[in-house]
Amino acid sequence: MKNQWPLWEVFIRSQHGLAHRHVGSLHAPDATMAINNARDVYTRRNEGVSIWVVRSVDITASNPDDKAELFDPAQSKVYRHPTFFPMPEEVKGL
Amino acid sequence: MYAQMVDTGTPSSATIDAREARFQQRIDDGIRIEPQDWMPERYRKTLIRQISQHAHSEIVGQLPEGNWITRAPSLKRKAILLAKVQDEAGHGLYLYSAAETLGISRDQMVEDLHAGRAKYSSIFNYPTLTWADVGAIGWLVDGSAIMNQIPLCRCSYGPYARAMIRVCKEEAFHMRQGYDLMLALARGTAAQKAMAQDALNRWWWPSLMMFGPPDGDSVHSAQSQAWKIKLFTNDELRQKMVDQTVPQAEHLGLTIPDPDLKWNAERGHYDFGAIDWDEFYNVVKGNGPCNRERLETRRKAWDDGEWFRDALVAHAEKAAQRAAAKAA
Repeated sequence: MKNQWPLWEVFIRSQHGLAHRHVGSLHAPDATMAINNARDVYTRRNEGVSIWVVRSVDITASNPDDKAELFDPAQSKVYRHPTFFPMPEEVKGL
Repeated sequence: MYAQMVDTGTPSSATIDAREARFQQRIDDGIRIEPQDWMPERYRKTLIRQISQHAHSEIVGQLPEGNWITRAPSLKRKAILLAKVQDEAGHGLYLYSAAETLGISRDQMVEDLHAGRAKYSSIFNYPTLTWADVGAIGWLVDGSAIMNQIPLCRCSYGPYARAMIRVCKEEAFHMRQGYDLMLALARGTAAQKAMAQDALNRWWWPSLMMFGPPDGDSVHSAQSQAWKIKLFTNDELRQKMVDQTVPQAEHLGLTIPDPDLKWNAERGHYDFGAIDWDEFYNVVKGNGPCNRERLETRRKAWDDGEWFRDALVAHAEKAAQRAAAKAA
């Protein structure tokens, strides 16, 4: 009871050149054991070729209450998407 | 199921406040609830009960099959069973992590299990008497689990849904290795086929009980369904399980131990016999064939591992102190 191991967040990079992706969390006493445990818990089926572990307490997350303030402004800026601009069909390479 | 008869609590007042109405609206709109979002206390507590019970089932579920690892009939079967049991540990860990996002600690959950305060699925209180039981568990028990867990991949709580996606991918292997094992026995000698039939006889009814009491007696279902943490009723899933499994048993040349089982063309489903709910409630209350043994084994594993867990912490602390001293 007294010695609960700290919580770590686990990120795995798959073989296909994509960025490390969050896959879950686990408990471990230190970073080395966190990597060892992550290997056993999250890569039993060739899920990845690289593991990152980060102590969960070291992650700063945005507040759900700030969601509107943070993300709503992007909704009115449709011109940021290429599909906003109608292109003449006969012109190629756009 | 892996989580049976999960208590949804009692609403504190007849009127739902505005926040709760907004919360329900989000669920109705199919928007996932995430750990930092506001949620009613009853939703949080119900989910802690459901997810931790599910996690405990995965962990305790290692024991009946682990019983056969050293006695598997070939190196191939032994390697498969080891991988399967390791997966169950992994499933328990994914689920404990999901439950922790709701504000309960891992140690608290483990303590609740060991003290007998938390439940795990009734199915794991039955013994694995022969090698064929390993096949029957993969085929029937994991088959039932998949039936319940695939819809949970769409449940309203994000971390639970994500854990279920990982679990379901791996469960398909569990069910297939079980059926493959049953196939090998069914195609084997008369004695091997009889062993497979005996396993089916003993696991059939407990597997159907896994889905929980009949809908009429399932008092918390309506709330859980409104919250989308339960997507089908117990009876719906049980019927699906029967319909799926009967042709699989026929292919094996085995007989399902139910004289009342027959195809009902009008309903488009199999009718099946009455389930002995007294047996189910008896197992849930702690009086199944292996309840005591399972908990004792869990407690012993936890207690015997304490020195090792503590040693890893001591090592981590020393290494951190050395690093600090070097930096200073």
